[in-house]
Amino acid sequence: MNKKYVEQNIGFGALGLCVVVVALTLVVILWDIISKGSGVISWAFLTRPPSNGMTEGGIFPAIVGTFLVTLITAVLAVPLGMGCAIYLNEYAHDNRMTRLIRMSIRNLSGVPSIVYGLFGVVLFVQLMRIGTCVLAAGLTLGLMTLPWTITASEEALKNVPQSFRDGALALGATKWQTIRTNVLPYAVPGMLTGTILGLARAAGETAPILFTGAAFFLPFLPRSLFDQFMALPYHLYIMATQHHDIQAVRPIAYGTALVLIVLVFSMNLFAVIIRYRLRRLRRE
Amino acid sequence: MVERHFDDELAKLNTHIVKMAALTEEAIYRSIEALKNRDKDLAKDVIEADKKIDELENMVDDAAVRLLAIRQPVADELRFVTTAVKINTDLERIADLAVNISQRVLTLADEPLLKPLIDIPKLSEAAREMVKKAIDSFINRNEDLAKEVIFTDPEINRLKNAIQDELVNDYMAKDLKTVPRAVQLLLVARHLERMCDHATNIAEDVIFMVGAHVVKHRKIED
Amino acid sequence: MSDIKIRVREFNFYYGQDKALKDVNIDIHRNRVLGIIGPSGCGKSTFLRSLNRMNDVILGSRYEGLIELDGQDIFGPKMDVVDIRRKIGMVFQKSNPFPKTIFENVAYGLKINGIRDKSYITGRVEESLKGAALWGEVKDRLGDSAFDLSGGQQQRLCIARALAIKPEILLMDEPASALDPTATLKIEELIQDLKKKYTIIIVTHNMQQAARISDFTAFFMLGELIEHDETGKIFTSPSKKITEDYITGRFG
Repeated sequence: MNKKYVEQNIGFGALGLCVVVVALTLVVILWDIISKGSGVISWAFLTRPPSNGMTEGGIFPAIVGTFLVTLITAVLAVPLGMGCAIYLNEYAHDNRMTRLIRMSIRNLSGVPSIVYGLFGVVLFVQLMRIGTCVLAAGLTLGLMTLPWTITASEEALKNVPQSFRDGALALGATKWQTIRTNVLPYAVPGMLTGTILGLARAAGETAPILFTGAAFFLPFLPRSLFDQFMALPYHLYIMATQHHDIQAVRPIAYGTALVLIVLVFSMNLFAVIIRYRLRRLRRE
Repeated sequence: MVERHFDDELAKLNTHIVKMAALTEEAIYRSIEALKNRDKDLAKDVIEADKKIDELENMVDDAAVRLLAIRQPVADELRFVTTAVKINTDLERIADLAVNISQRVLTLADEPLLKPLIDIPKLSEAAREMVKKAIDSFINRNEDLAKEVIFTDPEINRLKNAIQDELVNDYMAKDLKTVPRAVQLLLVARHLERMCDHATNIAEDVIFMVGAHVVKHRKIED
Repeated sequence: MSDIKIRVREFNFYYGQDKALKDVNIDIHRNRVLGIIGPSGCGKSTFLRSLNRMNDVILGSRYEGLIELDGQDIFGPKMDVVDIRRKIGMVFQKSNPFPKTIFENVAYGLKINGIRDKSYITGRVEESLKGAALWGEVKDRLGDSAFDLSGGQQQRLCIARALAIKPEILLMDEPASALDPTATLKIEELIQDLKKKYTIIIVTHNMQQAARISDFTAFFMLGELIEHDETGKIFTSPSKKITEDYITGRFG
């Protein structure tokens, strides 16, 4: 009798230990960044461009740049991803071709982001002659986010019970009517959540924007889609490794990291809130 | 086939009917023996034994109603239960007729024999045979046997009419003093004929139960 | 007007290689209730879903034979499947109200079919809810979520939803199997009333229910229609031994 409980307790203990380790790691990272970065944060920091060889000033252009490029990513990845998911889940027959496509999509989400960066350079910057700019970077990030969006959207669609579709069809709705009025409204919360999570990830990526449009210093904000831009993750990289006076700018680096983390966390939080609110709405 | 408790209950109902049939057959046999041998004690036994048959009739009715209410049988099992109820009644009536015959015996035994009994024993044998066949057709679910029973009925009527004619014309019309005894014998013949009618009823019910054709109150074409 | 609403001839149905229905022949009478009984997996639901071509959505399925509705082949090239489904309403085994309000649920079929007139819709919703014997219980809370209703009420809501588009035929796949006896009774009474206006085909596992509410009974087994006849005849003296074995429960 006791032996069973000993085993159980050891098991629970080991699992609990894992949780503690993970939580501790997270706490340590956050603590490090917050403690070393919060000193730099000020209104000026957030709204002024860097100055004096980037040893002073703020990170405003980087914030704007990150927003812009994420926006472009969204414009590409969201409609395309949702549309693709809807087609795959609702219209496509289950044959070898579709299974192959699905497998490919899953695999694409595992491709290293630097590979996407390279692909983006070749396709957008060179082949399509867009040049290095915010558009090219956005498109590259969009491609990278696409598998993520598609998968999340498909899951959301799968979660809608088949009985909703059957019920609508039996009442004489066409397939599209069914999807539009009786499937999508209930899948959208899940789709949005997954999408926003994907976008949050894209916002923090460095490799894809490295060669496709990010610049380490620009005196002005991008005036069109075809201008280069500054971005938070790249700025962090520069501050932490490429700057001529790394020690001096260390606090700025931490500040940038803090802003980036806050941005990503906020987007995740936003996604969760949306899901919660839309679920509540659906209940009514 | 699935084994069910219901099958046990159906079997029990069947057993009750079979038991009743056995007692009824015995009553017929003994009442006729009493008649042939002018045995008053045997006659009294028959009358006494009827109580058991009445009891059994109630048991069958109760069991059948219970089965219907609780199990809601359908198709062949439903037909079995409803037929069991009907046969129940017929058997009890047959047993009552045996009692009636015994009562005649009690009256006749004190008087001298009117005439040597030839035809009445013949009729009684035929009646007993018919009832036995009808009961067997139920127990064995034998539609052909049941049909045989129905076809013997005209024969029985003929025999009874012959007896009637002889008693009325040869005895009652000629000598008024024979009337009381003749009447008793007439009644016996009547009772036996009624037994056969009930046997026919049983056979008709069996045909419905087994084959689901309704032959009652209709002519059989064969 | 012919007495026969639906005519099925030599109907076969395949899920891929699997033959689910074999040479089904049956006439379904107008304004009568046909009860379909049979052991699990015998093809009852497949047959039901064939009647309103709900099986079309199943990939790899195909059919042979003929199903005529009012004399017209429902699989004919000129037949619009959406039209057929408007004529043939369906109520599913597990009640599936949409996650909308009670009103929206019933109005859904109307809106899907392009009806916009608000007062007309309101009138039809009321009519359908009355037809499903639910109006009295929900008339003051049409804006409530359909999920607030009890199981039996939800099923009646689904019936109202089907009635709203004024079908001619109602298909019901074990409509009361998930309900308690009182709710079941209400549904059964409702079906008896509905048959005055609609032709009803109901699949049921419950033999007594089939006996109680159907005018005709069809017995399916392993994809074949073994026997079909008036309910009274089937339940007192069926023609086939196997039917008898099934309805008495001797057959497993």
